[in-house]
Amino acid sequence: MRARAALVAALFLSTGAWALDRAQVEKLASDDNDEKIAAIAALVAEGDPKAADVLKQAAEGEIELDGKKVEVVVNNRVRGRIAEALSVLKLLSEDRNERLSAAKALSGGADAAMLPLILKAKEKEADAEIKALLEMTAAGVQIKSEDKAMRLAAIRTLGESANPNARALLTEAAADADEEIKLEARRSLSAVESRLVWGEWLGLAFAGVSLGSILLLAALGLAITYGLMGVINMAHGELIMIGAYTTYVVQNLFRGSGFFDWYLLAAIPAAFMVSAAVGMLLERSVIRWLYGRPLETLLATWGISLVLIQAVRTLFGAQNVQVENPAFMSGGVQVLANVVLPWSRIWIIAFACLVLLQVYFLLTRTRLGLYIRGVTQNRDMAACVGVPTARIDTWAFGLGSGIAGLAGCALSQLGNVGPDLGQGYIVDSFLVVVFGGVGQLAGTVYAALTLGFANKLLESWSGAVLAKIALLVFIIIFIQRRPQGLFALKGRAVEA
Amino acid sequence: MNAGLALSSPLRLAIGGFAIVAFMLFPILNLMLPAGHPLHLSAFWVTLFGKIMCYAIVALALDLVWGYAGILSLGHGLFFALGGYGMGMYLMRQIGRDGQYQADLPDFMVFLDWKALPWQWWGSEHFLWALLLVVLIPGILAFVFGYFAFRSRVKGVYFSIITQALTFAAMLLFFRNATGFGGNNGFTDFKRILGYSITAPETRMALFAITAFVLLSTFLLSRWLVSSKFGRVLAAIRDAEPRAMFCGYNTVHYKVAIFTLSAVLCGIAGALYVPQVGIINPSEMSPANSIEIAIWVAVGGRGTLLGAILGAGLVNGAKSFFTVAFPEYWLFALGAIFIAVTLFLPRGVLGLVQRR
Repeated sequence: MRARAALVAALFLSTGAWALDRAQVEKLASDDNDEKIAAIAALVAEGDPKAADVLKQAAEGEIELDGKKVEVVVNNRVRGRIAEALSVLKLLSEDRNERLSAAKALSGGADAAMLPLILKAKEKEADAEIKALLEMTAAGVQIKSEDKAMRLAAIRTLGESANPNARALLTEAAADADEEIKLEARRSLSAVESRLVWGEWLGLAFAGVSLGSILLLAALGLAITYGLMGVINMAHGELIMIGAYTTYVVQNLFRGSGFFDWYLLAAIPAAFMVSAAVGMLLERSVIRWLYGRPLETLLATWGISLVLIQAVRTLFGAQNVQVENPAFMSGGVQVLANVVLPWSRIWIIAFACLVLLQVYFLLTRTRLGLYIRGVTQNRDMAACVGVPTARIDTWAFGLGSGIAGLAGCALSQLGNVGPDLGQGYIVDSFLVVVFGGVGQLAGTVYAALTLGFANKLLESWSGAVLAKIALLVFIIIFIQRRPQGLFALKGRAVEA
Repeated sequence: MNAGLALSSPLRLAIGGFAIVAFMLFPILNLMLPAGHPLHLSAFWVTLFGKIMCYAIVALALDLVWGYAGILSLGHGLFFALGGYGMGMYLMRQIGRDGQYQADLPDFMVFLDWKALPWQWWGSEHFLWALLLVVLIPGILAFVFGYFAFRSRVKGVYFSIITQALTFAAMLLFFRNATGFGGNNGFTDFKRILGYSITAPETRMALFAITAFVLLSTFLLSRWLVSSKFGRVLAAIRDAEPRAMFCGYNTVHYKVAIFTLSAVLCGIAGALYVPQVGIINPSEMSPANSIEIAIWVAVGGRGTLLGAILGAGLVNGAKSFFTVAFPEYWLFALGAIFIAVTLFLPRGVLGLVQRR
């Protein structure tokens, strides 16, 4: 004790301002990793905020001893410990946000050596939220201790939480050799699980709605071009891709200006216009010559999609491009302990609803919508009463394509934007339209949501790939049972 | 009535010419002439033509269902790949202990730390079993799928879309390692077939000759089929299905029969393709590949058997040329072919020649 005091005094004298255990600081520079880790724990245990500076230096590979630079070799294990130690030290900070983020960082689990300081911080803590987090972290450490009474107490504490980590720890403890601990752990585990199960269902439901809204956006345009007009547009996915790339270009124009967060306001109309323009161009140049010949349309539009993919590849490169989320779309809301709903997905669900309403309004309440419905129901009669059918075809196709562009704008906020973006959606969106029944929007909406939910539900059982396969097989069987889709327009023709 | 068997003289000439080139000229130029000889035909060309002939068989198969029965299947790549996988399993077993890990199991299974062959591989060491799989798996799948689809009167674009979904689902399935067929990488690194080295020029030439023979047989079989009564009924179904139905023909039976036959032909083509090209993986099942088959037929002229063969040759010849000379323009060219053929050449290249 005396030697240590002397050392501390020496250190105090040499550096003047702070009193850290000199021996431990020296140990940081030793060759043995275990010794380094012990030193980190010891430094933290003193609870001196100055230890943070030394640890930060150590993480960068060099500490200062007596004014000399000493090299510290840091491997991943040591670096992890240092990060943990820094979080623990932050628990003593004055700033509430800093303490909160440190407590959250530690909630994933901490090392036993950090326990004394965590307990100390917990005692001092006035904020209820942080205190609860620290309690759980401490219990997570204590559950692995040697002392049986402490373990039992920790198990009971963990039983109060709704945290997936707590479940993992309790599951481990429930397999313990000791009967008493096993029993207690089981009881706590069932309590935690019943709390978690709500969160899991909520998360699943949200994921289902979110996927459904994406499918809806992707399929809504197709519901117009294929469902109403009967044009098999295999380039629909590429119109989505063009919308995403338009968003990318608009984002680049806004970069550096003060309005970066508002770029989506410009990108949404731009994506609509560009995709609609491309779609109308295609309709005028290629598709209109193929009306009434669906198989030929399919092949020609597939050719168009190949050209569009290669054109984008030539213009922007084969690599994915980066589209950044504006600030209001990053992060998420924590609803339950194990459920975080990302803002980007919430916005996209809202966006999908908005687009759906707009399309509904356009088709049922405007003159253009009236004409579109008229032409699709009886082209000859519409022409007789003076509807310019050819022009309406172009507009309707442009509308469907524009909605594909909107879908692309939304997708750019969720994932990678690359030339192949559209290919992944074409099979899906056709299935949505066919499943829902051709010729109306309601079917498309139901189909998109049903498929979204079903996909996520199956995914939680069997993994993503098998879920997708199961769904495809289901739709194949479904179409054989009901070739008209979920909501069929009833008729008596042989050619049902 | 026997128009199918009585070949017109130009056609007889063409078939004879093809047989002479495939069975005499190619072997002589490839095997007899030394490598340095100016007329020597390198292995590259033999493989390329062998590959294109496999594609021509597939094109014939699709033409039977699309050109003659009016059913556009966008899932024929699946049957082709299934045939390829059937043969691939046998070829994997033929590697024996010469793989990278020198184990009894195929390399990818050692890599995945499997201890025994999964059930799908039962019997895969027998060549005859492989041949049976090549025919039966695509055949049974097409029969079951076709029966249910045609019975429910799924037709036109709907049928195209669900066959596309089928091949897409199969591709996802085969991408999984757990399915037991090598996942992403599929099968490759073959060493032997029936004990003969697969890279030897003689084996290569033998495979080439067998492919040529199968192509010729397929052509003659198809020709006989489409000019028989069966073929007439198919054409009737294509042109006016309700009327054919009301005349008392059970159109479902005819459609299922031609669809199944077509799938079997694709499977055989796949089985011939794999030993020549030396690799099979799930990307053969991608929807894009199956649509490409349709464009071969469309380019040549659907509803004509020679057109299908011609189209497969033209498009794949162009592809081989472009992907070497201007790789970045191939998709532009292919896309343009799709658009131009549907807009300007509804009867394909042969339609330009035969002005009927």
